[in-house]
Amino acid sequence: MASVHAIPSIEERFEFTSGAKRNLLIGGAIGLALIIIGAFLLANGSGHETAHAAENAANAGADHGATAAQHEAGAAGGHGGSSWMTRIWANIWLNAVYFTGISVIGMFFMSYNYLAQAGWSVVFKRIPEALPSFLPVTGVIMLITFFLGGHDLFHWTHEDLYDASNEGYDAIIDGKSGFLNTPFFLIRLVLYFVGWYFLWTVLRKASLEEDRIGGLTNYDKSVKFGTAFLVFFAVTSSTSAWDFVMSIETHWFSTMFGWYTLASWHVTGLAVITLMVVTLRERGYLKAVNHSHLQDLGKFVFAFSIFWTYVWFAQFLLIYYANLPEEIIHYKERFSGYGGIYRAPFFINLILNFFFPFLVLMTRDSKRTHSILKLACWSIIVGHYFDFYVNIMPGTVGANAGFGPVEFGFILVFACAFIWFVSAQLAKANLIPKNHPMLEESLHHDIA
Amino acid sequence: MHVTSPVRPPLVTGGKTYADVTEDVCRHVEGKPTKEWKIAFIAALVVLIYGTACLFWTWWEGLGVWGLNKTVGWAWDITNFVWWVGIGHAGTLISAILLLFRQKWRTSINRAAEAMTIFAVICAASFILMHMGRPWLAYWALPLPNTFGSLWVNFNSPLVWDVFAISTYFSVSLVFWYIGLIPDLATIRDRAQNKVSRFIYGTFAMGWNGSAKTWSRYEYISLILAGLSTPLVLSVHTIVSMDFATSVIPGWHTTIFPPYFVAGAIFSGFAMVQNLMLITRVVYRLEDYITIEHIESMNKIITLTGSIVGIAYLTEFFIAWYSGVEYESYAFINRATGPYWWAYWAMMTCNVISPQLFWSRSLRRSVTWTFFISVIVNIGMWFERFVIIVTSLHRDYLPSSWAMFSPTFYDIGDYIFSFGLFGTLFLLFSKYLPVVNMAEVKAIIRSSSERLPKNISGVAKGARVANPSFNKDAE
Repeated sequence: MASVHAIPSIEERFEFTSGAKRNLLIGGAIGLALIIIGAFLLANGSGHETAHAAENAANAGADHGATAAQHEAGAAGGHGGSSWMTRIWANIWLNAVYFTGISVIGMFFMSYNYLAQAGWSVVFKRIPEALPSFLPVTGVIMLITFFLGGHDLFHWTHEDLYDASNEGYDAIIDGKSGFLNTPFFLIRLVLYFVGWYFLWTVLRKASLEEDRIGGLTNYDKSVKFGTAFLVFFAVTSSTSAWDFVMSIETHWFSTMFGWYTLASWHVTGLAVITLMVVTLRERGYLKAVNHSHLQDLGKFVFAFSIFWTYVWFAQFLLIYYANLPEEIIHYKERFSGYGGIYRAPFFINLILNFFFPFLVLMTRDSKRTHSILKLACWSIIVGHYFDFYVNIMPGTVGANAGFGPVEFGFILVFACAFIWFVSAQLAKANLIPKNHPMLEESLHHDIA
Repeated sequence: MHVTSPVRPPLVTGGKTYADVTEDVCRHVEGKPTKEWKIAFIAALVVLIYGTACLFWTWWEGLGVWGLNKTVGWAWDITNFVWWVGIGHAGTLISAILLLFRQKWRTSINRAAEAMTIFAVICAASFILMHMGRPWLAYWALPLPNTFGSLWVNFNSPLVWDVFAISTYFSVSLVFWYIGLIPDLATIRDRAQNKVSRFIYGTFAMGWNGSAKTWSRYEYISLILAGLSTPLVLSVHTIVSMDFATSVIPGWHTTIFPPYFVAGAIFSGFAMVQNLMLITRVVYRLEDYITIEHIESMNKIITLTGSIVGIAYLTEFFIAWYSGVEYESYAFINRATGPYWWAYWAMMTCNVISPQLFWSRSLRRSVTWTFFISVIVNIGMWFERFVIIVTSLHRDYLPSSWAMFSPTFYDIGDYIFSFGLFGTLFLLFSKYLPVVNMAEVKAIIRSSSERLPKNISGVAKGARVANPSFNKDAE
């Protein structure tokens, strides 16, 4: 047993090497090139696709929810020639929402670990702690995208919907204008990012100070501010999900949607944390992380992938069962609308986010094996991209959606930028929080 | 080697040895029933007998004795059912989910909480039987190939899913509770001073001999059952919520129902555990095992789940407005300002506002406040179900069908029946079985005691009742 309990040094510094920086720059450049090529191709072939759009929108509206479907399709098709621009904006928005989620979950994970007095997770705490550093980037991108591409993404931003004398007047959307209006939306958007980021800086500062001076003041402070974050996030996780995603299909609503998005963000964040821990271990860092930590991380990913599925299924079943036109249109569009182009991502979503990780992470040993953990985490990380894809694309680009150079390019650009920010943040401090009061517990974590 | 951080508060106070734990917990099992217990038991029995008479009349005369009418065709009967099932969530959450999370504070409360769970589910099941009007035909709810023609249960109905969900939950909870009891039953068997109790406790101890192998199996089966029970904690109230949410009644059909019902169930379950434990710890002098830390931890869970429920209320209200669906908006405005406004605001005050008082550390560490707020929470959770069920039904689509519900003597009497049943069962449990899991508390003595006695081991010797050995080493 001696080998299991031999504690390696806790002095460890992550080095953000120039080689890694170069690779990330190259990755970003390739992404950018793909976007440009993709955009060029789309701009030249868009006439063909717009024709398809009209035809398919008609298909989608073949039943009771016709008006809603046509409204949403109208948001995409209404601007005629610029449908390829819509696709660009939708891609930026999709990635920004997705990476915002991963980043903010770092803070969420830290906060509930403080509140629950968790000891086991301390040894890798610096990893979730580094994630929210990307929040300002996605915040600014979302703000700019809303200003420049808001009309293409959000049907409710169109002025003519609110003018009762206008032909395009929409009483239902007009009824929502107390919440869905540009000034209030912008206030909320800024509030989310400022609130999340500010509370993170407090926790981060306390954590770094604890490394220097020890003692319990910073721990106690972190518990307080972590709890404050949880209260703030309890409300903002739901409202941001309504703002960022649900309002795209302006007519549609689901009370579950806030928690659904939270579940999606959460499991993706856990998968990213686990993947980072495993990758750092493979690179020779985090020697103090043992198999018990890995197994517990695996359990978290496993459990919350099931939880996401539970929420997904509950929302689906209740809407399917009641079959109310104003609700079922959401699934109708994804299942058979737009010529059925969303059916594949709809099922990929379930396979990658539930079936695969469920089967792969079932046994004890698989949660202790690097390669299997990586496989399951990648499945969830890719799977939840599709989750947001399925939620965002039909309401924005509709029948013009696809999976080509533009999509790959934006994923690459965002991922490289994300890795850059997180790596830079990791390099700023010792990889193990030296003076955390629960560190000893975590170093000796052994669930056998 | 396990390390416990010094910042963690101790979970066992009074410098207990292993022998002290046995003595302190076995004392009430082995002793004669106290006067207080007898009085409480007789009181519970009287309530049960009264309730049984009411129930008998309900079944004899038919469900027409309830206050239901053509508009409100479902009221106290289903409210009470959901209320009891909800209460029955805390035990399995404590024993299963807190075991998976390795929360050491669960060890001294899991036994009583699981017992409470089982009794609460029995009470809930009694309302299902009451619903049937003809309880002798209860087996019709099972999908049995039958001799009455090609008549099957309606698999599309969430009420049938309920039958499966609740019976599974009950079975697994019972097994979990019983497995956890086995080592303690063996302890009582080994200490028994007369043949009858040695035989009875010995039979139920199933030959437990405390060898390393039995302990290893105990640990394994606990984890397996915890793994099975965890999804069950979620599934039961999920399916109960679907009894309503699959319909198209405004106020019932909303997608947030499943997780929100689960949170509400844990909320009310913990409140009930608080009420029972606060009494038990005083009566049985278990303050060293069920400490203020335990009470505080449970209060934190009450605040957490109460806040989740609060967020769900607000979400429902917001989306009812946001959806622009007239019926939905009306249902919620009617809840808050219609003829049942008092029920709605009782629910809001009890469920959303009262648990927020626990943000104050001194309140959540106060026994009196904890007891008081726990009662309030369970009143609120009863009103929550009443509000959801009755206010959604009483305004039918046709205004000519609008009606109110008023409970009759038998609505109330049948509800009282369930209290009698619950009280009787819990009092029997608390007398004849150890209310704290001795074996598991012993497992945390070394890591989580306030102070350790000089000699932690040692066996309670000799004439235990006349000359108790507890606390000797501590002095």
